[in-house]
Amino acid sequence: MSIRVEKIVKRFGQFVAIDNVTLDFPTGQLVGLLGPSGCGKTTLLRIIAGLESADAGRVFLEGEDASDTHVRERQVGFVFQHYALFRHMTVFDNVAFGLRIKPRGQRPAESAIRERVGQLLDLVQLAALAQRYPAQLSGGQRQRIALARALAVEPRVMLLDEPFGALDAKVRKELRRWLRSLHDALHFTSVFVTHDQEEALEVSDQVVLMNHGRVEQVGTPTQVYEHPATPFVYGFLGAVNLFHGWVQGQHLDVAEGRLPLNYGNFPAGTEALGFVRPHELDIATDLADPSGFVAQVERILAFGSTARVELTGAHGEPRRLYEVELSRERADALNLSAGQRVRLKPARIRLFPPEQVAEVSIRILGGLGTQKATH
Amino acid sequence: MRPGKRHRVLPGFPLALGYTLFYLALIVLIPLSAVFLKSATLNWEQFWSTVSAPRVVASYRVTFGTALLAAAINGVFGLIFAWVLVRYSFPGKRVVDALVDLPFALPTAVAGIALTAIYAGNGWLGQWLEPLGVKVAFTPLGILIALTFIGLPFVVRTVQPVLEDLDTELEEAAVSLGADRWQTFRHIVLPALLPALLTGFALAFARAVGEYGSVIFIAGNVPMVSEITPLLIISKLEQFDYAGATAIAVVMLVVSFVLLFLINGLQIWTNRSRER
Repeated sequence: MSIRVEKIVKRFGQFVAIDNVTLDFPTGQLVGLLGPSGCGKTTLLRIIAGLESADAGRVFLEGEDASDTHVRERQVGFVFQHYALFRHMTVFDNVAFGLRIKPRGQRPAESAIRERVGQLLDLVQLAALAQRYPAQLSGGQRQRIALARALAVEPRVMLLDEPFGALDAKVRKELRRWLRSLHDALHFTSVFVTHDQEEALEVSDQVVLMNHGRVEQVGTPTQVYEHPATPFVYGFLGAVNLFHGWVQGQHLDVAEGRLPLNYGNFPAGTEALGFVRPHELDIATDLADPSGFVAQVERILAFGSTARVELTGAHGEPRRLYEVELSRERADALNLSAGQRVRLKPARIRLFPPEQVAEVSIRILGGLGTQKATH
Repeated sequence: MRPGKRHRVLPGFPLALGYTLFYLALIVLIPLSAVFLKSATLNWEQFWSTVSAPRVVASYRVTFGTALLAAAINGVFGLIFAWVLVRYSFPGKRVVDALVDLPFALPTAVAGIALTAIYAGNGWLGQWLEPLGVKVAFTPLGILIALTFIGLPFVVRTVQPVLEDLDTELEEAAVSLGADRWQTFRHIVLPALLPALLTGFALAFARAVGEYGSVIFIAGNVPMVSEITPLLIISKLEQFDYAGATAIAVVMLVVSFVLLFLINGLQIWTNRSRER
């Protein structure tokens, strides 16, 4: 069951929540709507569900115009961030609710309802808790019940609004994997909203990146991560080292020195901002090496399969910070120590014109918070 | 530190509890026991003949009947009132919100005179209703209106905060599962509001049973028809029949207590059937 939204516009007073968005959600795919808070992703989801009405534009479900169809008749399953379980009903009654309220003619017999609810509770692996009340369940269990409840009425599409947003990190990861396997088993068309890029990249077939009510990029997780279309996408999907300078032939001249470029579609003399991911920076201990630039090691965070190295440069006030991600083997071979001076060599630089970047807040270096990109 | 002595984080427990019990005894229990003691000066036959006199029995019917009915009416309309105040925004909403408390603030005698003036045969509303055969003033209907008037804030003010806390996501969830408006109200909203609604009902009822000032004007106090029990107590007092007055008071007290007990039981039961 495909979903298509066409030229959707939604305003809240002066604020434009969704600015002329057109998107296709193909049948059977799990699509992640990703963006910072306030980017319009939840509003778009609610418009698809019919919980909110668009100021302009149409929503098509399975090719038919559903813009004026009431939520009740849209047959969409909606899962809320805070579960929205009915507290005065048992788990069983919660899941059975959608079936029991069907008009007399369409309502299954009570025995059929029991069987269906039983199946769904097995599916979400909570059959043992059928007679409990929501207050007696953990967050992860509640969200699974909410999902079972939405599935009970056999929706044409599933819409999930930050389904794991209120859960702690470990449960979140489990549920992510579980949702993915559930989706692979049932193949319903689903759209889920998240502000967590890791979650979106890990779970989705397709990722839609949104910012300021507009779509920045649509693609598979690999596509959007490897080939970000805009500086926003680049910055949102991971940590970034930023270099400001001018293109000179096959080089980018920056304050730190001269960085080699591996592609050259920027004319010589243009101002540009270079984006380099932490794993695209390499460290050389030989200070006599003419390529790259000098920096000083501040901290080495070595746990797991990778090591993160934080460095400060010789330029800028306060001194520029860089982050490098190395494999453990490489880090061990380099045998770095805090205070050591090394050379940093970017393996790949992605260039954007500065005026494109100025618009966007980019998270420079994971863990250091959000900084406004300046040039 | 003496062994066995438990230290509490919150200080002053013995003092606070002692004060509470003393206060309760002084303000509530001693006056109430005085009622029982005074009525005990009658022997059983005297007591029984006083409280079961036809005129007194008729007054029970009027008092408790109209009070229950008024509380029920307030249950329905107070809920609608609270709903409108919480869920919609409209010009003058704050004024309407403030007006809800008017029956609280208004001296009951003022309310009684105002209602009588409106509903009497020559009043603003009375003059249109009377030709239709609806006589309001000086009938039980008038009492009902007065009791409804004074009971409204109790239901609105108990339901309002609960409704404010009620997540609209619950209703959205119900609707997305295919529920229509009535089903959403019946299965989702009402169960969540029921405990508060019952509290409001109980408060409105308790207030209506004891109401005197606003009722006596509009009631007309026709014996056997529109005489409320508090009025009979007053008239017995005026005849210096203190024991008789307290005997009727004891009956009112016991009936009120039993009814409140039942409503409380109902409340506990509705609370128990949710969240555990």
